[in-house]
Amino acid sequence: MKLRDDEKAMLFGEAGPAVKWAIEHQLQVGRMFDAEDMVQVSQAHMMADPESLGEAGVNFTEKLAADGAKVCIPMITDPRGVDLSCYAPIGQNEGMANLERRFVAACQEIGIMMTNTCINYQTIMPPVFGDHVAYGDTGVVIYSNSVCGARSNFEGGPSALAAGLTGRTPRYGLHLDVHRQASRRYHVTKTPQDLMEWGVLGATIGRMAGSYWEVPVIEGIEAAPTSDQLKHFGAAMASYGSTPLFHIVGITPECRVLADVGGDILNVTEIDDNATATLKQPFNAKGEAVDVVVFAAPQLSLVEMGQLASLCGGRQRSETTDVIVCTSSQVYSDATAMGYISAIEAFGGRVLVGTCFYQQYAREIGEANGWVRLLSNSAKIVNILGGYGYQPALASMEACIASAEKGEIVQ
Amino acid sequence: MTTELCCHVGIGPTVEGIALVADDNFSARYDLDRFKGVFSRPQHKLYGQSYQDMILVLNTAKGGVATAWMLYEMTSRQIAPKAILFNQANTILAQGAALANLAMVDRFADGDVTQLITTGDHLRVIPAKGQVFITG
Repeated sequence: MKLRDDEKAMLFGEAGPAVKWAIEHQLQVGRMFDAEDMVQVSQAHMMADPESLGEAGVNFTEKLAADGAKVCIPMITDPRGVDLSCYAPIGQNEGMANLERRFVAACQEIGIMMTNTCINYQTIMPPVFGDHVAYGDTGVVIYSNSVCGARSNFEGGPSALAAGLTGRTPRYGLHLDVHRQASRRYHVTKTPQDLMEWGVLGATIGRMAGSYWEVPVIEGIEAAPTSDQLKHFGAAMASYGSTPLFHIVGITPECRVLADVGGDILNVTEIDDNATATLKQPFNAKGEAVDVVVFAAPQLSLVEMGQLASLCGGRQRSETTDVIVCTSSQVYSDATAMGYISAIEAFGGRVLVGTCFYQQYAREIGEANGWVRLLSNSAKIVNILGGYGYQPALASMEACIASAEKGEIVQ
Repeated sequence: MTTELCCHVGIGPTVEGIALVADDNFSARYDLDRFKGVFSRPQHKLYGQSYQDMILVLNTAKGGVATAWMLYEMTSRQIAPKAILFNQANTILAQGAALANLAMVDRFADGDVTQLITTGDHLRVIPAKGQVFITG
């Protein structure tokens, strides 16, 4: 790879051992993907929950902090794994909380802003068209690439951290025009209505595309979706397909017409009701008792919190069904002011701040609370949690609340 | 008889071990019980099988970014595969391999690696040269 003089200085250790580690790490990855040089990035966003980090990851980050690591660009964080104001009640222990405390302290020492959110594009500072960034969290990356027109690969925690320290990332993948052209073309016969349906459509396309290196272009969406709809659509697509970018003709900014992304020369695949029903079928569990209803993955926006609060009004969850809601601290304060938190809590729901359910020791909290049958309106979370010992089911937000009220799945 | 497979230059050290193969995808978060060292997702084709010290041969990555940290965490406890071979890795898997110093290669010249290698094959993986040898 061609390096500038300042990058060579980093490699020679002139900016300290932490930056030397960072650029060495980036060069290894860049070589694997044939990057020719580095590209400067304006922001970094790091996923690093304590379950993923473990003792080793926390030790690693503490060592960087001790070596004097300091970020040189704005760097923010994905949801945490422990809400330190509410962990014992959901079955997390002091060991988990202490790991979290140590990691947060190390991040703060490095100068990272602990925003703890996977909806930074709705709440913090969305990237702009053409903006090169180093984002973690697949949902953040796919939304930023597709809806904002920014340029990021999936940057895992270590690589996002490296980008924060060097202010750049290897120029490969979605930083290059050639990898942003469509490679798969889909025509949707029915525009989804609610968030769950958008997630199922995204999951269906993601599973069909099936690779990080495929870029779907989608026709047939009749009107501009909302930010929340595209959030669920993209998050589910990324979860099922490891897909980092999509285009929707006439809606997303790089695709005014099909030919803009080379879609006009691709064969088209129809996405009809059968395709989405096939994806959803394993998550149908009508009539079965439900242990926990989860609203998360991604964290809820203020609008979603309002919708949920409205559904909860005047109702009460079943004694046998817990309700967990995950949102960011940025949304939480507004949702408190709007009365949404009190409405959800009056229903019997528990609102966790700055976490996301699947990132907070999902296996351990499931075992601690006896949660097996889990219901959500997130197509992403039901895809993830099967490996954690849950029996996940999928329903609309309305049906999730009705199920929590009855104690069994109504849809 | 030794068979040589050529692939893209990868990441990590030269290793030898026994192959565990499936035409399926991979995520450390979605698919593994990392403490027991087994595939825990019921729908995965390697469900119930131990991956410890095996050379995994799989199609591609799926899902999220957590695998980057998780590979490092797994190797620190020595309950990890010796190497992972993919038809196509994604960025997260490569980043995790770099941090964990785990051998990883992809993009095989001779076709689908999940068909070229069989579970139980003895492999020698040389990421720096983009070479995999089936030695027995």
